Amino acid sequence: MSAHMNLTLKVWRQKNSNDKGQFVTIQAKDIADDMSFLEMLDVVNEDLTRKGEDPIYFDHDCREGICGMCSLVINGRPHGPKYGITTCQLHMRSFHDGQTIVIEPWRASAFPVLKDLAVDRTSFDRIQQAGGYVNINTGGPQDANNILIPKRVADEAFESATCIGCGACVAACKNASAMLFVSAKISQFALLPQGQTERYERAQAMVDQMDAEGFGNCTNTGACEAECPKGIKLTNIARMNREYFTAKFFRQEDVHQH
Amino acid sequence: MSKSKPVLTSSLGRKLIMSLTGLFLCTFLIVHLIGNLQLFKDDAGYAFNNYAYFMTHFTPIKVVSYLLYLSIIIHAVYALILTTKNKAARPIGYDQYDGKANSAWNSRNMGILGTVLLIFIVTHMQNFWYQYKFGTTPYVEYRTEVSTGNQEVLKLDDVPSDYNGYVIYPEPGGIEVVKSKDLYRQVEETFKNPLLVGLYVLGMAALSFHLIHGFQSAFQTIGFNHRRYNGIIRTIGVWVFGIIIPILFASMPLYFYFIK
Repeated sequence: MSAHMNLTLKVWRQKNSNDKGQFVTIQAKDIADDMSFLEMLDVVNEDLTRKGEDPIYFDHDCREGICGMCSLVINGRPHGPKYGITTCQLHMRSFHDGQTIVIEPWRASAFPVLKDLAVDRTSFDRIQQAGGYVNINTGGPQDANNILIPKRVADEAFESATCIGCGACVAACKNASAMLFVSAKISQFALLPQGQTERYERAQAMVDQMDAEGFGNCTNTGACEAECPKGIKLTNIARMNREYFTAKFFRQEDVHQH
Repeated sequence: MSKSKPVLTSSLGRKLIMSLTGLFLCTFLIVHLIGNLQLFKDDAGYAFNNYAYFMTHFTPIKVVSYLLYLSIIIHAVYALILTTKNKAARPIGYDQYDGKANSAWNSRNMGILGTVLLIFIVTHMQNFWYQYKFGTTPYVEYRTEVSTGNQEVLKLDDVPSDYNGYVIYPEPGGIEVVKSKDLYRQVEETFKNPLLVGLYVLGMAALSFHLIHGFQSAFQTIGFNHRRYNGIIRTIGVWVFGIIIPILFASMPLYFYFIK
């Protein structure tokens, strides 16, 4: 048996990217505590739809905590009050009857609000397109054991690669900096042999794109690491800095033709 | 992947400048502290005044001191540039922002702490650097009997007639005469003002919180983050730069106000 609760939601409503937007107070009635946060919003939306009102627009996809689509700043914390999970993995048992919950979209100039709580995160895609890939020649695949990779290094690269690109790091950062995301994407390639070909070009291109998108600058507060649902580490940012400065100061011949 | 932006106008480049100027200023603190500890010597400022003259007239030190002033300015200007850009990166803020859930207070308020420090530095330079160079710092004459070490101190308010920066000469009877600007007395006089003592202690509190975050943050920005050395960097940042140095500096105005 699950307990039921009534909640007051203070939700950011905004018609489109040009609208100014405002907070709207909505009552969420009879919410079961084993619902996920998004299921709670589904219930509220059904209610709104029945009343002929516009449902709350929010991003979601897999609802398994692996796609990186859901977002929401809940009571001042990206992905809500728990550590290491996405909003879809947050359950209503983390809240109590009668509580007021403030729900806001990610706030960053590089993440413009599309509608209500959904933001446009294509700036992340453009950063990824700027250098977050490896070129592999066509032809028969070689034996995997031809390239030996120490387990430690493979694990480290894998941990960086677990970034799902949700943008919680940007949302949590007081400067709306994307450095945790970018550094994870740079690291996952910089650590592996397959990523060496474009290594220094990649670091420059992705940092340049990050700056061009208008993300802020890291102050090393560690908020991103604390709020990241995948536990991406700050060591990635130090690695990105090394990659970038090495590229800039010592490896220009790998980047430009002379 | 093609042409890339110059390093110093990139986000990481600007951060690198913050980091390097910050670390340079940290090394200066050590030198400044060791010199100033001579204020605690009970010699009417003999050693301290000698040191003050050396620091303001030895060319290599003068060069470094101008680098230092430049570093302070660059550190502040880049902080302003970065803060402006950071504000622009989030034009609409959160209604609720639970910063304490994920980060330390001082790491989120380096700008405020830095502003307090800048106010402190300007006041500090006016109190001593400006007064010593261009202001009303008094003079002093030390007459030391070389054989016994007995010292007579004459406080002078006017420039000694033979003064040309710093005078040291023997007098018949085995007496060493030293005439110099009396920065020590300037310190004594300045720290009779409780408001200034308060500002200095506040400045050192800001320094403490600024460096507890700033010292280790500078290494992270350079790209130096290694499991083996992070512990020692954090320890030095917290204990040396965050606790020992600010407390010793803050003890100087308190010593002159309450004890001297």
